[in-house]
Amino acid sequence: MAKTVKKPVLSVKNLSVEIPTRQGILTPVDQLSFDIEQGKILGVVGESGAGKSMTGNAVIGLLDPPAHISGGEIRLKGKRIDNLEREALRKVRGKEIGMVFQDPLTSLNPLLPIGEQLTETILEHLPVNKNEAQERAIAALEEVGIPAAAQRINSYPHEFSGGMRQRVVIALALCAEPSLVIADEPTTALDVSVQAQIIALLKRLCRERGTAIMLITHDMGVIAETADEVAVMYAGRLAELGPVRNVLTSPTHPYTQGLMASTPLAAKGKKRLSQIPGAMPRLTDLPFGCAFHPRCPIAKDKCRSDPAPTIEAGGGKAACWYVNGEKS
Amino acid sequence: MTAQSPKQAKSKNALVSVKHLTRDFDVSPPWLNRVLEGKKKAILQAVSDVSFEVAKNSVYALVGESGSGKSTIGKIVVGLLRPTSGTVEVGGVDLTHETDKTRIEETRVGIQMIFQDPYASLNPRWKVKDIIEEPVAARGRDVTGLAEKLLEQVGLSAADISKFPHEFSGGQRQRICIARALAAEPKLIVCDEPTSALDVSVQAQVLNLMSDLREEFGLTYLFISHDLTIVQHMADTIGVLYLGRLIEEAPRNELFDNPRHPYTQMLLEAAPKLDGFGREVEPPKGEIPDPINPPSGCAYHPRCPIAVERCKNERPEMKQRDKARVACFLAK
Ligand SMILES: Nc1ncnc2c1ncn2[C@@H]1O[C@H](COP(=O)(O)OP(=O)(O)OP(=O)(O)O)[C@@H](O)[C@H]1O
Ligand SMILES: Nc1ncnc2c1ncn2[C@@H]1O[C@H](COP(=O)(O)OP(=O)(O)OP(=O)(O)O)[C@@H](O)[C@H]1O
Ligand SMILES: [Mg+2]
Ligand SMILES: [Mg+2]
Repeated sequence: MAKTVKKPVLSVKNLSVEIPTRQGILTPVDQLSFDIEQGKILGVVGESGAGKSMTGNAVIGLLDPPAHISGGEIRLKGKRIDNLEREALRKVRGKEIGMVFQDPLTSLNPLLPIGEQLTETILEHLPVNKNEAQERAIAALEEVGIPAAAQRINSYPHEFSGGMRQRVVIALALCAEPSLVIADEPTTALDVSVQAQIIALLKRLCRERGTAIMLITHDMGVIAETADEVAVMYAGRLAELGPVRNVLTSPTHPYTQGLMASTPLAAKGKKRLSQIPGAMPRLTDLPFGCAFHPRCPIAKDKCRSDPAPTIEAGGGKAACWYVNGEKS
Repeated sequence: MTAQSPKQAKSKNALVSVKHLTRDFDVSPPWLNRVLEGKKKAILQAVSDVSFEVAKNSVYALVGESGSGKSTIGKIVVGLLRPTSGTVEVGGVDLTHETDKTRIEETRVGIQMIFQDPYASLNPRWKVKDIIEEPVAARGRDVTGLAEKLLEQVGLSAADISKFPHEFSGGQRQRICIARALAAEPKLIVCDEPTSALDVSVQAQVLNLMSDLREEFGLTYLFISHDLTIVQHMADTIGVLYLGRLIEEAPRNELFDNPRHPYTQMLLEAAPKLDGFGREVEPPKGEIPDPINPPSGCAYHPRCPIAVERCKNERPEMKQRDKARVACFLAK
C-alpha cells in the first residue's frame, strides 16, 4: 500500500500553451496551475474547446506543432519534464505517465497482437526478462477484467469490443507501473454499463497502486463519483479548482454556478432549465478582461477590463473578481 | 418470434401508433466471399417486434445503449427507412400500407426530424434563409418573411437570414435545424439525440426552446436519447430498448421511481449521479451481445442477475403491470 506523501506527483505551475496562427497567437491554455497527489484523482471539466485535452497533451509532451508550451513549468515527482529532450521525454511518458484516450484505437497498434504490445512496453521500462514480461502482461489483462487473458494475448485489437479495447488500453497504460495516468474522456464513447465498469476499474487501480490520475471529461456525474478534486476550465483558463463536493454542491465561480444549475438533474421537476446565455467564445475572439464576463450575471466594469485574479475561495480557488462578494 | 402481443386497440389520443415494427439489415459478407470462403448470410435485426404509441402533444422518449435500435425506429417513423414488417400509423394514416400518394405526402410533411449533428445536417453552401425555406418553397407555398419569423422564434435574429452555417456555434446551428423543422408546420418532431453534440450550458438553452415550442405549437416529440438525465427532464413516457427490443415502457416518474425490468434497473443504477460522491457501484456484468447472433429467449438473460431457465428459451412479451408495460417473466 502506498503511503500518503505530501509532495504532489504532478505539479503544474502557470502553464501556458500557444498556437501561432494567421489570425495571431492563440492561447488555448493560459497560466494554469494545479497539483495532483499520490492516489488522488483530479477531474478536469469544461465545455468543448476549453483546453482540457491541450492541457493533458502538454503534460505528456504530445502537443501537435505548432502548438507549444510557452510558459510555466510541469514537475513530475519534483523533476521538471516540460523542458526535456524528445528521447528523455519518451522514456518518461512510457514509464512514469500512462495514457488513456477516448478512442482506444489511437493507443493500440492494429497490426500487433495485444500481448506483444504489452510485453514490448514492459520490457522497455521494467527490468524483467521475456518470460516474466509475458507473465506480467497476462496478469495486467486479468487485472483489468479481460476474461481468459492467457488465451486472448494473441488476439488483435479489432477482435475486441469497444469496452474490452479500453480495458486493454488501461492495462497498457498501467503495465509499466506509472505514477501518473492521464485519461482523456476514457468513457465518452462507451455505453453507460461499460462506462460504470471502466470507472470502477480506474478507481480501484488508483486506490490499490497509489497512481495519481488526471481524468478529463465533460460529464459532471462521472466527476462526482470519481474525482477527489475538480478543475473547471473556461476558454483556456482555470475558472475554479477545489474539492469535488465543494465545487459541485456550492460552486463559487459564476460559471460553475451556471453550469451546475443548467444540468437537467438540477431542474428537479421544474419545467425549464436554468441556462447561461450565449456560448463559450472562440480563442480567436476572446473578450477583454475576464473571458466569462459577456455571459456572467454579476459582471461589472472591472471584469470587462482586467483578467480576474485567482484567489482562495470555498476551500479551493477561483478566478473571479467578485467571488468572495463585492470587496475583492 | 414469440413476442406477438394481443392486438391492442389504438387509444383515442395517439398521434403515432407503431405496431410489431421489425427492421432487418443484410450484413452478409460480399457474395464472392460467401461462395469462395463458404461464409454464411448474416441478418442483423436492428428493430424486433416493437409496438408503442405516442399520445398527442406528449414527449415519448426512446432510450437504450448504442445499437439498441433507437435511430432505426426514428428513421422509419419519418420515412427515411422502410420497415421489414409491422406498421407505422401517424395521425390515422398507415404510412406503411396507405396507397394514396397525396395522403402519404401530406402526413410526411407533418413529421420532421432533428439530428444529433447540427454540423452535418446543414448544407454549408446555403444561406440560412434558403436552408429554412427550401422545403416549404419546394411545395409551392408562399415563404415571404417565413425565415425571419422562425429565426426569432428559435431565439436567433431576423438579421441572420443571409449568413452561412459556419458563422454559427453548435447550439445556434441546432436552433437553425429546429427552425427548418418548424417551417413545415409539423405535428410530430423526431429528435435523434438533439443535444448530445452540445455543451451542458448550451444544451439547456436548446431543451428549453424545445419545451417552449411544444407548448406554443402543440407539438408531439419522439425523443431519442441515451442520456437518462435529459430523458427524465423532457419525457412524459419512456420506452427502454435493448438489442432492438422494447423491454419496458412507463410514465416518467413510474420508470425512475419503480423500474421493473432488470435491464432498466441496471441502467438507472449504473448512470453516474451528480450527488454520487464516493459512490461505489457494483459494476454491471458483461456487455451488449453481438446483434447478429443475439441470445435466445430474453436477449438480456446472459447478463441478468435473476434469469431463470425459462428466460433462455422463451422471449417474454410486453405485459401490462400497473402503469407500465414490461417484457420480463419475473417482473412484478
Ligand atoms: N491547430 C490548432 N489551431 C488553432 N486552434 C486549435 C488548434 N488545435 C486546437 N485548437 C483550439 O484549442 C482549443 C482547446 O482545444 P482542446 O482540444 O484542448 O479542447 P477540449 O477542452 O479538449 O475540448 P473537447 O471537450 O471538445 O475535447 C480549442 O478552442 C481548439 O479550437
Ligand atoms: N444501414 C445499416 N446496415 C447494417 N446495420 C445497420 C444499419 N443501420 C443500423 N444498423 C445496425 O442496427 C443496429 C441498431 O442501430 P441504430 O443506429 O438504430 O442504434 P442506436 O440505438 O441509434 O445507437 P446509437 O446510440 O449508437 O446511435 C446496430 O447494431 C447497427 O449496427
Ligand atoms: Mg478534448
Ligand atoms: Mg442512434
